Amino acid sequence: MADNTNTSLQFVRRELVAAQKPPSQEIGLLAWARKNLFGSIFDSVLTILALLTLLWILPGLIDWLFIDAIWRGTDRTFCATVAQGGIQPDGWSGACWAFVADKFQLYMFGSYPVDERWRPMLVFVIFAATLAPLLMPRVPYKVPNAIAALVVMPVISFFLLHGGVFGLSVVETSLWGGLLVTLIISYVGIVVSLPVGILLALGRRSEMGIIRMLCVAFIELIRGVPLITVLFLASFMLPLFLPPGTSIDKFLRAVIGVSMFASAYMAEVIRGGLQAIPKGQFEGADSLGLSYWQKMGLIVMPQAIKLVIPGIVNTFIGMFKDTSLVSIISMYDLLGIVRSSFADANWVSAVTPLTGLIFAGFVFWLFCFSMSRYSNFIERHLDTGHKR
Amino acid sequence: MTMEEAELSARRPDRPVFYNDPFWRSLAYQLLTILVLAGAIVWMWTNTLENLKRANLSSGFGFLQSRAGFDLAQALIPYSSDSSYFRALEVGLLNTLAVAALGIVTTTILGLLIGIGRLSSNWLVRKLATVYVEAFRNIPLLVIIFFWYKGVLNALPNVRESIVMPFGMILNNRGFYFPAPIFGEGSILILVALAVGILAAFLWSRRAKAQQMATGKRPPVFWVNVALVLGLPILTFLVLGAPLTFDMPVAGKFNISGGNIVGPEFMSLYLALSFYTAAFIAEIVRAGIRGVAKGQTEAAYALGIQPGRTMRLVILPQALRIIIPPMTSQYLNLTKNSSLAVAIGYADLVAVGGTILNQTGRAIEVVAIWLLIYVSISLATSLFMNWFNRKMALVER
Repeated sequence: MADNTNTSLQFVRRELVAAQKPPSQEIGLLAWARKNLFGSIFDSVLTILALLTLLWILPGLIDWLFIDAIWRGTDRTFCATVAQGGIQPDGWSGACWAFVADKFQLYMFGSYPVDERWRPMLVFVIFAATLAPLLMPRVPYKVPNAIAALVVMPVISFFLLHGGVFGLSVVETSLWGGLLVTLIISYVGIVVSLPVGILLALGRRSEMGIIRMLCVAFIELIRGVPLITVLFLASFMLPLFLPPGTSIDKFLRAVIGVSMFASAYMAEVIRGGLQAIPKGQFEGADSLGLSYWQKMGLIVMPQAIKLVIPGIVNTFIGMFKDTSLVSIISMYDLLGIVRSSFADANWVSAVTPLTGLIFAGFVFWLFCFSMSRYSNFIERHLDTGHKR
Repeated sequence: MTMEEAELSARRPDRPVFYNDPFWRSLAYQLLTILVLAGAIVWMWTNTLENLKRANLSSGFGFLQSRAGFDLAQALIPYSSDSSYFRALEVGLLNTLAVAALGIVTTTILGLLIGIGRLSSNWLVRKLATVYVEAFRNIPLLVIIFFWYKGVLNALPNVRESIVMPFGMILNNRGFYFPAPIFGEGSILILVALAVGILAAFLWSRRAKAQQMATGKRPPVFWVNVALVLGLPILTFLVLGAPLTFDMPVAGKFNISGGNIVGPEFMSLYLALSFYTAAFIAEIVRAGIRGVAKGQTEAAYALGIQPGRTMRLVILPQALRIIIPPMTSQYLNLTKNSSLAVAIGYADLVAVGGTILNQTGRAIEVVAIWLLIYVSISLATSLFMNWFNRKMALVER
């Protein structure tokens, strides 16, 4: 229809022009470095300083930790220089991982009898099996799962570890040690501190003057002093308070001290959540005729706890790290047992203490870091978009 | 209608029965709590008395006057094993305060640098700061203390192979030796000059501000103040003929004499506390700076304020409001964490108290002293910070 005679004069491009490359200064590694490492003179100076520091530290560190390290060995001669009575050349220094490998079982279970070690291992398995589904938001049946993990699991674990029932031989708590003790103390601390902390936080906001005062006094007293004094208090004064002749297990005393300490901190975290709930929620619950416990349990607490989950997990992380303090009241948690193993004459050398401490620090780091990552994840997951 | 209302009001009692009345109910609950608590206390009290009697222990604070009989490695005030327990506790408290004060200064500087580093536009600096924070936040303080004490400071050479540093400082596995200043006659005048300088700087700042308000021109403040605060004392020092000598540490064959010494216990505790707390302070600083709305920066730039001044006059004053409360609790944490000194034998309040406890068996008294002192420190700090916070808080119309 259109006249095709002057087609040659028309120009309609039928296909897109290929995109041009961005200017070469804007792409690639070089541009990235220019933007992120050498943006200004000051940045360049900083980058060079940081690189120099890394060059100064990293090679020596990697050498010490991995390359010069001793991975296999049976006693101290492997990790000592000739001058120190070992086989390494003079001037050698490196991590003695052979020491950690040799002590690994001890670090995990303490002096728990070797034949009975299947029991703590079984506890680890039950622990993982009940906790993992609880932590995954998608898995259903949260309430029975929570009861299993927070109530049933601790009871079963106690009987499994301590024995004395079903024909299991009794293993005294003084034989427990290592990571096992660290995990038990922090787990009990978590299980106890959450409900007690909620009650204390409610008490602190209660309208009953005396109960409020008592809760404030407890919280502020505990938060005002270092954990180590609370542990001393639990280990030296608890026995005095009980009727003469009754003895209270050292392990139990440490657990009580840690739980008291964690509860006070937990109470403050939860109070923060309670304060963030608008007044209308309380009034709405009242106007529906709900009782106090219904109001708190069904309306206020679910919202408050959701708000402060990061704070709660931070308290857990803090408590997990703080359990290392029980080694000061001569208990053999992970740090305590690592320290006591330095004295082993079979392994004593210049590098074993540092190696052991690095191992202990790494284990603690692994647990705490995963907890904080999990906290980040759950925070994003629970974010219902009400945040400003 | 009216019939129903009348019926209803007839059925409704004027007041609920007493056991449904909130007033009586709460009174009953509180009374019950008091009764239970009082019962528990009486029970524990009688048990304690009985236990003490069986163990042949007396109670009371009289023992504080008796001879301590143990030595302390580091004492800021004169102390010997003949001093009383009370004196020993004083030494411990001063040592706690010393390590806490030094630690707070160091950790603030370190935390500030790392916190700003985490917001840097420089990728490498940002990553390094992140690695630092994630590493130190997730390791127990006690492990870090032992790391310094057992790992690093134990690796220092012995006395004969001491590391000699400039200005007569010496480092070996017994500690860190540095020259002790001895002030000659008239040194008090230097202090007076310092006080005068600070006062003058303060007055000059006020005048400068008034002038800026009146005329819009800002007279030089910073350099004048530096000259006043630092210059005046230095001038006095020189005029007096430099009345300052140093007691230099001298390396002998088996020991080092003279100078001041800081033991490895103090150093490892101080370094560990500073490094550990700095990770938390860095996070607080970062959150504080990021908590100031971006519009503030942009508005300041739109007004033509330079970046440095924007930071100082617009961002920081607002960030400080967010930063101060959590920073206080970190300072308190550092002070309380200094009690871990007991693990490496630095004679702080808890370590000294622990020794006394072991010697005398006075658990109740010693724990009571600890609680009293730490709670007082906490309360005093909170009161001060609440006051400061109110002063800094946004004045809203």
